[in-house]
Amino acid sequence: MSRSVWKGPFVDAYVLKKAEKSRESGRSEVIKIWSRRSTILPQFVGLTFGVYNGHKHIPVNVSEDMIGQKFGEYAPTRTYYGHAADKKAKRK
Amino acid sequence: MARIAGVNIPTGKRVPIALTYIHGIGQHTAEEICKAVNIDLTRRVNELSDAEVLAIREHIDGNISVEGDLRREVATNIKRLMDLGCYRGLRHRRNLPVRGQRTHTNARTRKGPAKAIAGKKK
Repeated sequence: MSRSVWKGPFVDAYVLKKAEKSRESGRSEVIKIWSRRSTILPQFVGLTFGVYNGHKHIPVNVSEDMIGQKFGEYAPTRTYYGHAADKKAKRK
Repeated sequence: MARIAGVNIPTGKRVPIALTYIHGIGQHTAEEICKAVNIDLTRRVNELSDAEVLAIREHIDGNISVEGDLRREVATNIKRLMDLGCYRGLRHRRNLPVRGQRTHTNARTRKGPAKAIAGKKK
């Protein structure tokens, strides 16, 4: 079920604060955040966030299409290199 | 013979059923169309007058995206997701289920027929 509209989008407060700060000082640096659950808001467009994936911060350049989705969607948490059998099959 | 929305030529069937032969129109939409242009649901396609066929055609052109247009729309939506680099896009790229289903077993619709794994068996 989707979130009630009257609540507004969910964003961790510190993400907003950090975003505003970097907006005021001249842009360009990566804003490290751990909050994968935060919604991407229109005022984040153009900024670069380092979204934590449990291992390191993945740089995500926020574009207009991303609005309304969560930061976590852009930093996959699993690495999968395929099965050994797949590789063997490909080599042949 | 009635030609609606491009190549579709459904004939001796009831109108709401015949309309479902068009990609993008299911039974529900088909019945809605019939109601919108005042055609009885029990009428058959070959009983329709030219004017009625025209009315259906215009209603579809004006209100519903079907066939090629619809396919293109869906394809661009998927492409957008893939270009974004978001999780849903990644799943589309890999041809795996997009909406969080399990892939340990099942998921055959997306993964295609099961491939035998060499040397699996104790």
